[in-house]
Amino acid sequence: MFDYHEYFRSEMMPHMWCKGCGNGIVLKALLRAIHRLGLSKDRIAMVSGIGCSSRLTGYVDCNTLHTTHGRPLAFATGLKLARPELTVIVITGDGDGLAIGGNHLIHTARRNIDLTCLLFNNQIYGMTGGQLAPTTPEALFSTTTPYGNIEPNFDACRLVQAAGGTFVARGTVYRAIPLEKLIAEGIQHKGFSFIEVLTTCPEIHGRRNKLGTPAEMLQALAKTTLPTGVIHQASGPEYTEAYDGIIAKAQGRT
Amino acid sequence: MNSLVHQRCRVYTTEKVTIRILEEWCKGCEICVDVCKKHCLAMDILGKVKVVNVEACNKCLLCDVLCPDFAIAIE
Repeated sequence: MFDYHEYFRSEMMPHMWCKGCGNGIVLKALLRAIHRLGLSKDRIAMVSGIGCSSRLTGYVDCNTLHTTHGRPLAFATGLKLARPELTVIVITGDGDGLAIGGNHLIHTARRNIDLTCLLFNNQIYGMTGGQLAPTTPEALFSTTTPYGNIEPNFDACRLVQAAGGTFVARGTVYRAIPLEKLIAEGIQHKGFSFIEVLTTCPEIHGRRNKLGTPAEMLQALAKTTLPTGVIHQASGPEYTEAYDGIIAKAQGRT
Repeated sequence: MNSLVHQRCRVYTTEKVTIRILEEWCKGCEICVDVCKKHCLAMDILGKVKVVNVEACNKCLLCDVLCPDFAIAIE
């Protein structure tokens, strides 16, 4: 099949994700989507925050930026404004993108800037030690909720749709080939594309909640009741183009 | 297909299919063993995946697509 190794920084591999972690499957789908679209590695910029998911940028041989916790969308907005010709892909996790960087997410969606945001939803803060994330389901345990979670959780796709994102989709790592298609569609979409990927954390989350082996957790994702596929698609003025219009106006060119 | 990584793979081959397993990258999560409906794969005593029945493989590519550790390649 497709040779993933040509996209890797070989000295960084194998990756540090735990055994059975779904992030590797998302990385595979992302690399296949990039390959399918025929994008050059030199024309892609990947921006990530902090967290398990955000380690992804260390392994991929593109232009990569590993930024502070919760701020990849803010860095990516600046990058896209400076170099609008690059394809900018933002890799973020549920804790990174929805809790610590939640404000950046809604404002990036509101601006409709041409970024593709991949939000890895593993329902927990994995790297920092299994704390409660805004996506942890009710009644499940984490290190900060040892008697069970009482907070209702976020629906990230509805949040981004309400904030004004023009491409909102949800995929799961169990359905990896449709996920590849969703990522490719998101990259091609002009405007802010948001793809929530439901992934698994068998070590930090699965063990504490007795959710089973990595394979059982993967198959449980097939039974998710959340809507998957493209949830919302619209068109609207794109931010970098609108900004170019403002520059032309200020310079008296129009 | 001639990088150093591919030279380190264990190769199982028939006329129809070539399965490459990079044992040093396998972490033993058993996802591939679980999703293989043809029972081609099994875990060895060291917790690494091995091919037990290469003849039965029908190239569904589920193990290739779902291996999170890039340890299996099907051609």
